[in-house]
Amino acid sequence: MTVVAVVCFALLGAGAVLILTRLALGPSLLDRVVSTDALLVTIACGIAVYCAVYRDISLEPVLLVVALLAFVGSVSVARYIGGMLVKAEQTPEERS
Amino acid sequence: MSAADVVASVCLVAGSFLCLTAGLGLVRFPDVLNRMHAATKPQVLGVLLVMTGAVIRLTGQPIVWMLVLVGVFQLLTAPVSAHLVSRVAYRRRHVRRDLLLVDELGVPGPPPVTEADARADEPAEGPERTGG
Repeated sequence: MTVVAVVCFALLGAGAVLILTRLALGPSLLDRVVSTDALLVTIACGIAVYCAVYRDISLEPVLLVVALLAFVGSVSVARYIGGMLVKAEQTPEERS
Repeated sequence: MSAADVVASVCLVAGSFLCLTAGLGLVRFPDVLNRMHAATKPQVLGVLLVMTGAVIRLTGQPIVWMLVLVGVFQLLTAPVSAHLVSRVAYRRRHVRRDLLLVDELGVPGPPPVTEADARADEPAEGPERTGG
């Protein structure tokens, strides 16, 4: 099982480094939203791999919180950017 | 290492590999919609594979239902967030229009001729509408 742990954490770590590259480079805000979502999913996968390999259930509530946090974060940032778009489309007298 | 452990290990490694493919796709793909396509792989299939492996490994523990709950939440929430992000990306012109093959939300070309249009065009229109 140690070999499985090493292989899984190596794959997850390489994926997380690549996702962080996009998070740093990302030309637009939405690229960063997408990569933050993918990074949180990678973290959730890492916690689940830890729980599975070492048969340790103490981190499972954290797993649930991380899975829900990814959804709430990406949806709220997307709604915020959409609100900025609506304001930018109004004429100046509408904005008052 | 029993047979169940082998199955769980295969599931865990496959799910982790999908996370790596998400990183590769995020770095190499050109625009937001392509990157969302790459980032969705671990969000659904990767998480489900890892949760399956973890459930197989942790069978008999009292808190396994939480792993099933995480998988169900991912299936419910991934389409909603992807829809919101892609809608904002389309409206804020973060989409590479030259890479789109079909743009059904964009400025329409000549509208398709329906059966009602063809009938309305027949006799009583002006002469300038002939040949259409």
